[in-house]
Amino acid sequence: MGAYIVRRLLQSIIVVIGVTLVSFLALQAGGDPTYLFVSERASAEEIEATRIALGFDRPLHEQYLSFVADLTRGDFGQSLSYRQPAMEIVLEALPATIELTFFAMLLALLLAIPLGVLAAINRGTAWDGSITTVSMLGQSIPSFWMGIMMILFFGLYIRLFPISGHVPFLTPLIAGDFGIAFSNLPRTIYHLVLPGIAVGTYSLARNTRLVRSSLLEVLEQDYVRTARSKGIPELRVLVSHALRNAWLPVVTIIGLEFGFLLGGVVVVETVFSYPGIGRLLFAAINQRDIPLVQAGVILLASIFILLNLLVDLIYVRLDPRVKLAGGRG
Amino acid sequence: MSEMQINAEAPQRESGFRAEMRRARRVMIAARWPVFAVIFLIVAALAATLGGLLAPFDPNRQNLMLRLADPMSVGPDGGVFVLGSDALGRDVFSRLLYGARVSLTVGFAAIAVGGSIGITAGLLSGYFGGWLDDAIMRLGDIQLAFPFILLAIMFLVVLGSGVWNLILVLGIGQWVTYARIVRADTLSLREKEFVEAARAMGDSTLSIIFRTILPNILAPLTVIASFNVASVILSEAALSFLGLGVPPDVPTWGSMLAESRDTLVANKWWLAIFPGLAIMLTVLSFNILGDWLRDFLDPRLRERT
Repeated sequence: MGAYIVRRLLQSIIVVIGVTLVSFLALQAGGDPTYLFVSERASAEEIEATRIALGFDRPLHEQYLSFVADLTRGDFGQSLSYRQPAMEIVLEALPATIELTFFAMLLALLLAIPLGVLAAINRGTAWDGSITTVSMLGQSIPSFWMGIMMILFFGLYIRLFPISGHVPFLTPLIAGDFGIAFSNLPRTIYHLVLPGIAVGTYSLARNTRLVRSSLLEVLEQDYVRTARSKGIPELRVLVSHALRNAWLPVVTIIGLEFGFLLGGVVVVETVFSYPGIGRLLFAAINQRDIPLVQAGVILLASIFILLNLLVDLIYVRLDPRVKLAGGRG
Repeated sequence: MSEMQINAEAPQRESGFRAEMRRARRVMIAARWPVFAVIFLIVAALAATLGGLLAPFDPNRQNLMLRLADPMSVGPDGGVFVLGSDALGRDVFSRLLYGARVSLTVGFAAIAVGGSIGITAGLLSGYFGGWLDDAIMRLGDIQLAFPFILLAIMFLVVLGSGVWNLILVLGIGQWVTYARIVRADTLSLREKEFVEAARAMGDSTLSIIFRTILPNILAPLTVIASFNVASVILSEAALSFLGLGVPPDVPTWGSMLAESRDTLVANKWWLAIFPGLAIMLTVLSFNILGDWLRDFLDPRLRERT
């Protein structure tokens, strides 16, 4: 177990280094990066001054090392449009994005498990048919279109949920204002419903299919047949024999699931004018505010890698076979 | 490849192929949905190739007098805005037809790029093993640990918009899946008799890899490719929506949806519904097709996709 954790940690560190290397190289991919930092009307002297100020005149390996050195100090450079440290701006928007991502994840998991089980134990019936058909649809809807459709429907016809805005929960919580945080919570959730559904639909559909197929496979195993033939009630067979083993593959993908969710979050935040990193990235992309894009991407990528690491470590606890095989299931 | 082997197999393969096609048709009709998927994709492919001939208007022709016209209202020159017009008075239906071209081109081309890289990497990895195998597979692990859409955003911001950049970035995002599956299949085929025979006949290593092994592992890849086209089209739409796709004068479904946001509150629903429906139906068709291919080729593949 120790060796596995060490290897997994090392792998995560390599991936984080990979992230920094790629985001550094991305800057160079379009030629001299100086032009990304100056206005279109800049004079030759201004361009030259910027090049030297940002260090683009130095050799590449030197540039990379100082880029990484800056990163470890939390310095992502100045945002071009805000004239503030990019990391500060991104960190301010982070709690809202975390709230949305976790809400969507929770929605996707809590609904997927009962739906998948329902479909699997009623295999071949109308239940199964409609659940699999709807999840096929859910996997084919772009998250941002889902958001737009919900704005049309809920915002204009049934005024049930707010179509924009955000009430902070994590920010006051981190600041230590527990009273404010928890009195905000109902309104936080109220505002999260529509964007949460938009972000979570794809994962919900995927997970439902996964739970279904995973459970179907387990239900055909010998030990389930044995349990049934011993006369154990079907519900107990399902809960204590089948589900226990069926949810391992589900845990495996939860980590990767965050990647899909993050992709959805970036676009869905824009649709709902939700003040998170996604909307910030969208604005930064349109203003070509490179340091801000870099800070947002590196921060989100690091969180994703960290979560994946955590999920993997939890997985080892759940399934002791992993440390023997030495890989992910 | 040996003459003998080809001659021995040829007649059998011919009738086997016909029988397979009959079975394919039967399974497809029995499952019903794949038939609709194929019909829709043929329509989309026609729109993509003949869009210029079918479109009633120039997709970029603006008409500020006829902005935001309802569907089925009369347009310029006695034409009809079948699906309405947008905020600049451009015909939504014509733009939708042109949008099919970008989505399908990017979808297929990205798979071609990702597929060729992945298949080559997987073949080399599986056939040679050793440090090459380790290096390729670890590289794949690292890439999968990356939230891909963020990587794509990063590169496209710097490289700028353009169909080729989009294809390259989305294609590179796909190679690992192919590499892993091809590697596993190559490993299991490497020691089989017919590969042994080719080796004994003195075939070159390249010929063994690409002419003996490759044809035998292609079938399961069509399943992956079908699902992959679906997910690439979704990513393309998302990137276009963010303004990172193709240049602004090329209509795409994603950018049409982005533009529709400004008129949403004014309830110009046709601007938001039709491009989204187009994306959804295309992606759904590829997903259904993938499901059908999987069931048809090998139900056991379910676990791997």
